[in-house]
Amino acid sequence: MLSMIGKRLAFAIPSLIGVVIVTFLLTRALPGDPAAYFAGPAATKEAVEQIRKKLGLDKPLIEQFVRYSVDLARGDLGSSLTTGQPVATEIKNRLPASAELTLLGLVISVAIAIPLGIMAANRPGSWIDHLCRVTTTAGVSLPVFFTGLVLVYVFYFKLGWSPAPLGRLDVFYSAPPNVTGFYLIDSLLAGNLETFRSALSQLILPGATLAIFSMAPIARMTRASMLAVLASDFVRTARASGLSPATVIITYAFRNAMLPVITTLSMVFSFLLGANVLVEKVFAWPGIGSYAVEALISSDFAPIQGFVLTMAIMYVALNLIIDILYGVIDPRVRLEG
Amino acid sequence: MKRRDFLKSMTGVAAGALVPAPAIWSSAKAQSRAETLLIVSESGPNNLDIHGVGTNVPGYEVSWNCYDRLISHEMKTGANGIPYYDRDKFKPELAEDMNVGDMSATFKLKKSAKFHDGTPVTANDVKWSLDRAVSVGGFPTFQMGAGSLTKPEQFVVVDDNTIRIDFLKKDRLTIPDLAVIVPCVVNSGLVKKNATEKDPWGLEFTKQQTAGSGAYKVASWTAGTEVIMERNDAWVGGPMPKVKRIIWRIVPQAGNRRALLERGDADISYDLPNKDFVELKDSGKLSIVSTPYSNGVQYIGMNVKIPPFDNPKVRQAVAYALPYQKIMDAVLFGLAKPMFGAPADKATEVAWPQPHKFNTDIAKAKALLAEAGFPNGFETTISFDLGFAGVNEPLCILVQESLGQIGIKATINKIPGANWRTELNKKVLPLYTNVFSGWLDYPEYFFIWCYHGKNSIFNTMSYQSKDCDSYIESAINAAAVGDKANYDRDVKGFVDLAFNDIPRIPMFQPYVNVAMQKNVSGYQYWFHRRLDYRALVKA
Repeated sequence: MLSMIGKRLAFAIPSLIGVVIVTFLLTRALPGDPAAYFAGPAATKEAVEQIRKKLGLDKPLIEQFVRYSVDLARGDLGSSLTTGQPVATEIKNRLPASAELTLLGLVISVAIAIPLGIMAANRPGSWIDHLCRVTTTAGVSLPVFFTGLVLVYVFYFKLGWSPAPLGRLDVFYSAPPNVTGFYLIDSLLAGNLETFRSALSQLILPGATLAIFSMAPIARMTRASMLAVLASDFVRTARASGLSPATVIITYAFRNAMLPVITTLSMVFSFLLGANVLVEKVFAWPGIGSYAVEALISSDFAPIQGFVLTMAIMYVALNLIIDILYGVIDPRVRLEG
Repeated sequence: MKRRDFLKSMTGVAAGALVPAPAIWSSAKAQSRAETLLIVSESGPNNLDIHGVGTNVPGYEVSWNCYDRLISHEMKTGANGIPYYDRDKFKPELAEDMNVGDMSATFKLKKSAKFHDGTPVTANDVKWSLDRAVSVGGFPTFQMGAGSLTKPEQFVVVDDNTIRIDFLKKDRLTIPDLAVIVPCVVNSGLVKKNATEKDPWGLEFTKQQTAGSGAYKVASWTAGTEVIMERNDAWVGGPMPKVKRIIWRIVPQAGNRRALLERGDADISYDLPNKDFVELKDSGKLSIVSTPYSNGVQYIGMNVKIPPFDNPKVRQAVAYALPYQKIMDAVLFGLAKPMFGAPADKATEVAWPQPHKFNTDIAKAKALLAEAGFPNGFETTISFDLGFAGVNEPLCILVQESLGQIGIKATINKIPGANWRTELNKKVLPLYTNVFSGWLDYPEYFFIWCYHGKNSIFNTMSYQSKDCDSYIESAINAAAVGDKANYDRDVKGFVDLAFNDIPRIPMFQPYVNVAMQKNVSGYQYWFHRRLDYRALVKA
């Protein structure tokens, strides 16, 4: 097992190096001149040059790259110009916000999509199958920012059930002491139920927005994979032996249908983490998606590079975890490095 | 881990996440709410120090409220009935006394003034801060230069509580320039302690925290999320502010900012789309204040070095073809001050901005274009900054359609915000829309940047005219010695020339729109157009 992990990590290194080079070149190829942007509206040509020099952008590309790589090796991702903070700190602070939101979205999504998929597969062509198809298609067809805005409009503006869409906590609460960066967990660790409640109520709408969007692939994949398993011989045998339908479906069929669902989950998770930019915008969520977009708009190189690198590392780690999970769920799966 | 255990534990975790928390409410919340002002805006500061590299406009607001200057402006009542800064009247802030001589000004400091850390404010701090402003380069140095403040030798410490500022030359803008945001007084002892060899002015330190003597201090700042400011109860720069705490939250979505205001959760916001402001005004639930930008105009510029815009007749034809009123109605929803269509017999005023006499007249535009030798029009591109697409995009579409009527086929060129200044600096855009506004509200100040032949980056048209240059220079000299007759003649001279040659066509003065709850009062309009928390009151 350990040697497998080691091997997998070793294989990831070249791709990470590739990511570093490509993002460096891509950000440099972006139109726009950060020096002119940050010199401010009133800057003279000399002022722009001064800024360029301060930012080290007057040096040849190769020298900039060497400097960037050396800093990177020391764990220094550079500083963002738009927020003025070191990129590594920002990502460290913002990643938990995105991860907490995405995970909750995924949990809601799984809690609805998997039972829906199972039921749909159990009675293909029935009303529940149609319901599954209609809801998931509608969910995935609505742009996330639209779903988000509609939810805010209905549940905050019209009904007043939900708190103001002002980020992770109500304005008058302070964040719990930082342990995991997940407010739900940290507030419970600190024994502060009030903060927990506030954090949870802030999470529900954006989490639901993400869930609505991500239900489709999970429900469809569950349905397809369940259909295949339910048609197989061992299920027929189980049914013939007189096992209760619940035992057949949950214990025998679903467990065997889980592998493709898990793969889909990992894809959906990593996709959501980067793609929930719009949800973060709508809910003023201090996550990494909105951070990266802001940086892109102002051609702020360091955060973009940091963001892409973080995402690449997350993909590698996630794939590794999923592969290990395969082995746990289905002992027949033997992983080769 | 065994497969079975793993699956069991996963179910446990999932179930745990769904357990509802009991509702517990604290009473402290209502109390702090009453003493706190919640501001929501689209973007936040990137640096808490205006002297920093590339500090953005929201950063200026922090500096304005957390640092003091030697002097500030008095208030008067503006045209719309709200307090408006008085361009010509100054009041002491850190200084208790100002004595302007012929070639220098002497300031006595308030003896009781203290920085946030309790150290007294001395003349050495003032000198160090002004030295810093003229030395760090970039925007602060540029802004100081606008008032002929360029050399550290100009700032002389007379004694611990007295500082003298020597003038390089007579310049009417020197004193006003000491009341803008840039010449703020920084705690030099504290910053020097945290400066490094590479960073002698301690810019890295003041980027993250405020080191001033101002009415507020930053208690915490999470970039891109929120700024929390606490009142400095030892402030001596003016009457004690009423609001104890300012929470400034960044809410990127305009619709949500509006919802927060309408639900009564946010107290104040000032960058909503014009349409929202009009609807909020009509609903009557909030107080809405609209004030025209001082010394600011949105215009259509034409590069006079690029044919056919080198021909004044073509430029006049464009000026007659613009759909001014349609832009006012459909793009701005009336929230701007028109800068067009003055009556033909109206005399030129000694003021800027002032409306020109062009109006939408397609027949006249066609005739002028034919006279210029383009009876069938020509092709060109019209560019705008996507960063302000809310106004710029519909505006350019209307202009495109209108120019089409006189045969000018304009393709729209959208330029991303990050790229806009670079493109503008190159001075290769033939036709574009842009805004310029100056902190110092003087006609000659506007003209030296926007129309003078020294071709600063704001002279986006590359306009060169010997006559105009001499009017501008003469006006500056006349203002320095207080020669009103010559000054008036020169200002009228360059305004007439700008309207006659029309290298840029002023369209309107944009409004600063602020929406606040009915229980919030005390809003003041300042030249920097940001909020002054010190005057705000929450009932």
